[in-house]
Amino acid sequence: MDPSSGDLAKAVDARTPLPGNHSPADTPGGIGSDQMKVQTMKLKASNVNFFYGGFHALHEINLQFSANKITALIGPSGCGKSTFLRSLNRLHETIRGARLEGTIVLDNENILAMNASALRRRVGMVFQRPNPFPKSIFDNIAYGPEINGMGNHQHVAELVEQSLIRAALWEEVKDKLHQSAYGLSGGQQQRLCIARALAVNPEVLLLDEPCSALDPIGTAKIEELLFTLKDQCTIVIVTHNMQQAARVADYTGFFLMGKLIEFDDTKKIYTTPGKKETEDYITGRFG
Amino acid sequence: MATYPSTANSRALPPGGRARSFLRRGQVGEDVAYLVTLVAAATIFLITSLIFYELFVQSAVSRQKFGFHFLFTQTWDPIAGNFGALPFIYGTVVTAALSLLIAIPQGLGSAIFLAELAPRRVSDSLTFLIELLAAVPSVIYGLLGIFILVPFLQARVVPVLKAVFGFLPIFQGVFYGVSYFSAGVVLSVMIMPFIVSVSREVLLAVPKDQREASLALGGSRWQTTWHVVVPYALKGIMGSIFLALARALGETMAVTMVIGNTPQIKASLLAPGYSIAAVIANEFTEAVGSLYISSLIELGLVLFVVTFIINGLARLMIMAASRGGAHS
Repeated sequence: MDPSSGDLAKAVDARTPLPGNHSPADTPGGIGSDQMKVQTMKLKASNVNFFYGGFHALHEINLQFSANKITALIGPSGCGKSTFLRSLNRLHETIRGARLEGTIVLDNENILAMNASALRRRVGMVFQRPNPFPKSIFDNIAYGPEINGMGNHQHVAELVEQSLIRAALWEEVKDKLHQSAYGLSGGQQQRLCIARALAVNPEVLLLDEPCSALDPIGTAKIEELLFTLKDQCTIVIVTHNMQQAARVADYTGFFLMGKLIEFDDTKKIYTTPGKKETEDYITGRFG
Repeated sequence: MATYPSTANSRALPPGGRARSFLRRGQVGEDVAYLVTLVAAATIFLITSLIFYELFVQSAVSRQKFGFHFLFTQTWDPIAGNFGALPFIYGTVVTAALSLLIAIPQGLGSAIFLAELAPRRVSDSLTFLIELLAAVPSVIYGLLGIFILVPFLQARVVPVLKAVFGFLPIFQGVFYGVSYFSAGVVLSVMIMPFIVSVSREVLLAVPKDQREASLALGGSRWQTTWHVVVPYALKGIMGSIFLALARALGETMAVTMVIGNTPQIKASLLAPGYSIAAVIANEFTEAVGSLYISSLIELGLVLFVVTFIINGLARLMIMAASRGGAHS
């Protein structure tokens, strides 16, 4: 590793801060890793600028998300990583005065031109704090399929079971599907929220610091779950926890002050970051 | 009750007689504040209890003569000394129910609009106007009711109702203007502000993450409002409806002016009737003899108990709702 690391750093330096402009062939997949093969890009953000009223929250973000991979977005509080995540399913539109410029493309389709509900059905989201509805476990999961008109009761019941199995929660709740979701532990509630998001079969799953309100066991279960889910969808996770990014992510993007400082293979970001700021953050000098 | 333990703690603070003078002064202040607030709170409780006590004692003559039959007797005959509360209870319940029937959809609809759909500035100014409606004196509602609303109902609304729903017993008979129906409509305008302003607050208090969870699943704005936000706020909305109901049951002046003041029980909403509050207001000055007065007071007791129970239920529901909100 050592002899090549200098070259790697240079290579990273040359690529950033605009990795999104590169063709899929030369996007992340560091030398020495086994990810040299061509990746399909599920989601591409180009020249994204974001404003809250007069405040310029994101500057010229260019970022691509590989299909069936986990991409982590890290950075200190207020760096814009959650804002960016929310713009990927246009949830920022609920905030008055929020404005997005640039293009975000999902499978060659501009998401800004899509119907917001249709987009969000394809790009699901899990939030910082578990936010189950005050309904039963079953009804929580069935909500998505029902509002999207995905089949009859029989089919919805199957979807509920499948989603709970996919979210590794089925064994724990199969005997109490009709009890309130508030009876579950925090970690179980968060997996319920993941199951709820999975029930509408999203192609992309966005997670906004999904473990920040959980204990270590709950966190470990969610991380384990993410590994099994990436075969089925593309995952983008925002996290404060750098160890978490290192453990779960294939790629990592580092945000600072509304800018994407560096984006690369997770292994590279953590061993030989190309930018001073990244290194400072990762080694704990700030943030 | 809640202040007591903290007072006990602060009392324990200065050890023995070695307390510094400023600490002692602080201690005196604590005690005075405790006593003043205690007296204030106790007074409220005392007044409520005294009202109940007086109503109970003063209605003794009537209670002894009629017993529970008072509640189920239809006659109201001051000359013969025969008194029954049923027509008034019926009138009170029917007008209150009718007013809720009109005010709930309207009030909930406008609360949803103000909380979920309208821009914040429009919402705030409209809410201010709606809350002003609650401050209009009820005699003005009665006045407008008798001179504007009743002729309007007579000329435009009732003919349509009779043409469409005339086969129903509740819309049969001659409409003279003053009636259960008119009283219900006036009441609905009076109670609607309660439903709107409380429900709007409750809807606004629904956590943002509940809305986002629904939107992120592909829910439309309306689906989110109707399937997530309203169910989440339902207990609080029920509380607002109960408060409105309590107001409708006790409303006196406006009802007296449009209900017709006829102690009878008719199936038709278009017939004149009477309510508990209205009969008390109308007949107190003319009441002679202890039985007559005592019967009126017993009517007051009935109204007090009913309103008390409904307010209690409303409190419980609002408490349950706020606990549910804190839970998530």
